[in-house]
Amino acid sequence: MESFFKTAQTVPLNHYILLSAIIFSIGVVGVLIRRNAIVIFMSIELMLNAVNLLLTAFSVYRGDATGQVFVFFIMALAAAEVAVGLAIIVMIYRNTNSIDIKVLNRLKW
Amino acid sequence: MSIFYFIAFLSILFAVLVISAKNPVHSILYLVLTFFTFTIQYVLLNAQFVAIVNFIVYMGAILVLFLYTLMLINLNKDSEPMKTNLVKIAAVLGGGCLLVVIVAALKAIGASDPVVFKDPNLGLVKNLGKVLFNEFLLPFEVSSLLLLSAMVGAVLLATKDPKTA
Repeated sequence: MESFFKTAQTVPLNHYILLSAIIFSIGVVGVLIRRNAIVIFMSIELMLNAVNLLLTAFSVYRGDATGQVFVFFIMALAAAEVAVGLAIIVMIYRNTNSIDIKVLNRLKW
Repeated sequence: MSIFYFIAFLSILFAVLVISAKNPVHSILYLVLTFFTFTIQYVLLNAQFVAIVNFIVYMGAILVLFLYTLMLINLNKDSEPMKTNLVKIAAVLGGGCLLVVIVAALKAIGASDPVVFKDPNLGLVKNLGKVLFNEFLLPFEVSSLLLLSAMVGAVLLATKDPKTA
């Protein structure tokens, strides 16, 4: 087990940033290309997870536990956000029989 | 070292599949796999508490919530709304521009040190609990308030209004 972690710790920090940036961009693209509200929510989860991974990597890199505590708070926030957001989606579906976000363009006035 | 790149490749692959799958149920299942690869990354970083919480909260609670909502809504494939190709290309270009800007900013920094474990016990529950309940006691309590209000809000929004129904 010790040697397993020894081999894992030679990854440069830049590669973690690169991975997180790629996942975050995929999340952004997902929000932009989909019209299904639930898939848009999942893309937002992807972005949150990319940030979580980066915070953890920085926390290990700096030897500071604060980053991982922040990840814990982000997860609590994401749980709250998903609960309220999905409740709103269910309510929209009940009123419009669709979860296409295009039906929500009446909100702009 | 190579296991990081393999897992990273898998997470990128599954993330792309999440946003490209036509069926939303498939998207959710790919999202489970993406979160699992993230859990492996946390284990590789020896952040055991975050790995367990990620496993339980994201793969357990949040994904089950997504799946149940999707089953409640009962979508069939015909009703799956899709954007036009022009909008898709524009969106991919926009996301690609974001990625290019971040990578270019990263290039300006130059090569970085490898991630080494300064403190091997950093990510353990014992260590994180001490930090959480000493320095972050107030945010911790406030987050409990946030979760309570989110629960009340979700129940209030999702239940049918008895007057209108």
